[in-house]
Amino acid sequence: MKLKTSQYLQKFSIFIVLVVLFIICSLISPYFLQYSNLINVARQLCVGILIAYGEMLLIISGFLDLSVGSVLALAGVFSVSVFKSTGSMELALIAALLTGIVCNIINAVFVGHFNVPAFIATLGMQQAARGLALYFTGGQNILQLGKFVKIGQGMIGPIPIPVIIVIGVTVVVWYLVNNTRYGRSLYAIGGNRPAAEASGINAKRSIYISYILNGIMVGLAGMIFMARNNAGLPNGAVGYEMTGLTAAIVGGTSFTGGIGTVSGTIAGAFIIGFLENVMNLLGVNSYIQQIIKGAIIVLAVAFDVVSKSRKSRKVIIVKEAAASK
Amino acid sequence: MNNIKMRVSGVEKSFPGVKALSGIDFAVRKGTVHALCGENGAGKSTLMKIIMGLYQQDKGQIFLDEKPVEVKNPIQARELGISMIAQELNYVPELSVEENLFLGRLPVNKAGKVDWKRVRREAQRFLEEEGLPYTPDQKLKTLTVSDIQMLEIIKAVTNNAQVIIMDEPTSSITHKEVEQLFAKIEMLKAQGVSIIYISHKMEEVFRIADEITVLRDGAVVSTDKAENLDLDTVIARMVGRKLDNVYPKEKVEVGEKALEVEHFTREDLFEDISFYARRGEIVGFAGLVGAGRTETMRAIFGLDPHDSGVIKIDGKETQIKSPGDSIKNKLVMLSESRRDDGIIPVRSVMENASLGNLKKFIYGGFAHRAKERSEVKASFDKMSVKTPTLDTAISALSGGNQQKVLLSRWMLCNPDIMILDEPTRGIDVGAKFEIYRLITDIVKENKAVIMVSSELPELIGMCDRIYVMCQGRISGCISRDAFSQETIMKHAAGLVNREP
Repeated sequence: MKLKTSQYLQKFSIFIVLVVLFIICSLISPYFLQYSNLINVARQLCVGILIAYGEMLLIISGFLDLSVGSVLALAGVFSVSVFKSTGSMELALIAALLTGIVCNIINAVFVGHFNVPAFIATLGMQQAARGLALYFTGGQNILQLGKFVKIGQGMIGPIPIPVIIVIGVTVVVWYLVNNTRYGRSLYAIGGNRPAAEASGINAKRSIYISYILNGIMVGLAGMIFMARNNAGLPNGAVGYEMTGLTAAIVGGTSFTGGIGTVSGTIAGAFIIGFLENVMNLLGVNSYIQQIIKGAIIVLAVAFDVVSKSRKSRKVIIVKEAAASK
Repeated sequence: MNNIKMRVSGVEKSFPGVKALSGIDFAVRKGTVHALCGENGAGKSTLMKIIMGLYQQDKGQIFLDEKPVEVKNPIQARELGISMIAQELNYVPELSVEENLFLGRLPVNKAGKVDWKRVRREAQRFLEEEGLPYTPDQKLKTLTVSDIQMLEIIKAVTNNAQVIIMDEPTSSITHKEVEQLFAKIEMLKAQGVSIIYISHKMEEVFRIADEITVLRDGAVVSTDKAENLDLDTVIARMVGRKLDNVYPKEKVEVGEKALEVEHFTREDLFEDISFYARRGEIVGFAGLVGAGRTETMRAIFGLDPHDSGVIKIDGKETQIKSPGDSIKNKLVMLSESRRDDGIIPVRSVMENASLGNLKKFIYGGFAHRAKERSEVKASFDKMSVKTPTLDTAISALSGGNQQKVLLSRWMLCNPDIMILDEPTRGIDVGAKFEIYRLITDIVKENKAVIMVSSELPELIGMCDRIYVMCQGRISGCISRDAFSQETIMKHAAGLVNREP
């Protein structure tokens, strides 16, 4: 069956929004299309996209992570201090990844094993990880990172290193979601966990894998974040989980589970990124920016819910039509 | 007896592209039970939704006591004396009995404060009058489905309902509770209340109904007094053709024992369950609700744990700790509740079908979509699944088609042993027969089928042997030549001594 124009529009609506936004941005600000600005947007988006992937994997299977900002800061300051004392980028990377993974295994134990709602379990981690980051640093920023900043600020040819990292991660996440049994199980668990389990799917294992992957994203994001700031900031990245959640949700990931795509999440992140950028270029007050961002989340979800309820109304009609034939 | 309480006349309703109801004439007499029969999609629920004011008809008129009325919403319906007991009862588990009884019409004093004393007093009185053994402050979650249903009926009556619509009221209550419900219906009739009774269970319809209207494709096929009708006639009218040979049982050569279960036990749920199923055999499991049949099957399949006992597959003792283990050993189970642990509603029919055997389609580092598509398609053709596309969300399909997708899910695992727990629950008559046909085909492929069902005629029609469970134990095993509803019910009620 071929898709009708209206169905095409609905299926690709998020990308249409992205393109339209891009055109509008380039019209209202002369700086928007400049190479340096676009590279800047890409660079700024890296941390957000990484976080959004983690949240996307979790939301598809019906969970989420509210501890992202804190774990990111913790992984970042650990990584920075390992680098400062050893001078080894490899060890710094391992420290960041391990921090992210360990924190998220703890999340997974509570969520997967003890069935604590993800909201609560990761809210606890949000407090604890932030506390540990502040305790570890004595509340002081770690300054002068030296060569560490390369991972956030360096370039390979014309492309920033963090952008290359994100492209690599995108390929991996896309592959995992679309070409592995783990990916398929995510959708099944999010759509109906008891049914997935009754079909032989090991839901607990998938939950662990998702949180561990989320931990890896957060670890990487932590390094890039600190490098971009040229400092280990134990108080940094507060509320970044919301950035990730917003991108995933604006990109069509359904909060009720079972639905979401990598491409949609990227589009969601870029929509947010372009908006932020153009508002900065136009000199919009940062407080006002916050109000606008808040409105976008609610509107995106409202759109999702409304279009879904329209669809389900159609479904009833299709059902009755099919039955009456 | 003959005066008409409610009448709908010439009601039509269209949805974009579909005519759901055309020219419906339908009348309910005072103090009678009028059964409404029809397959899913025949228009029963659309008609009831119009009567309840959830939809507005395009044409036609509703009359109450021969006076034309307009029902714009369910609140208005209630004020007019029309109530509906839904199939899936909607209630708040944390609410108390009294709060539920007075929901939406709590008495308040002048300051707007709820008069809890009066609520308590009146709730107490209702419960006593109805002889119900619970207290007004008990939470609904402590009650059984049947209790809550009874409460809903009482609530309707206290709302002064003159017409009560009951949609599949017996779908999740026990035999004994059905009797209580029917006694209540008789009482309501005596009080002059009219009842519109919707059910797929024909035996019940014939027991309780005074008149039967059959709907098909959004039109009334016939309205007759129940005494002038018989089961075959009604079913033939519902499906629009004559169904010969309701149970397509065929003689199949019986092979080796595929599954043996020995001394299977889980404390408080089932005890010392031993049985076997041979290839080519359909083995039935009968019993009352709560006899432990589903619990036993779930534990065998590895969905729930068990305390002790042995499972042998093809004569070899096999450890099963999860559904994954079972599927590896070619043992699969169609779960009792399609909605709770069957379908993944938001996902496509294809993904739903391939879920049981992902290894078959995702291997060597990649998902093989074309293969998935063609194999699922082939399976759907075999099962005659009707779906617009393979990418349609499964929630858009009718119950019967959903069930066939789930059967495809398991057939794609190429199982040797299939446990089917209530395989025809909640699907319409036509689809039921297709499922029976599929089960017959399955055993012809030298597989063993274990069929759990609460519908005795279906077990008697399809099975080679029937095990009967009672209070967590097997109380009898009956072979096909000795099948009868009476024998099975006696075992199910624990009235027969267990054979040594």
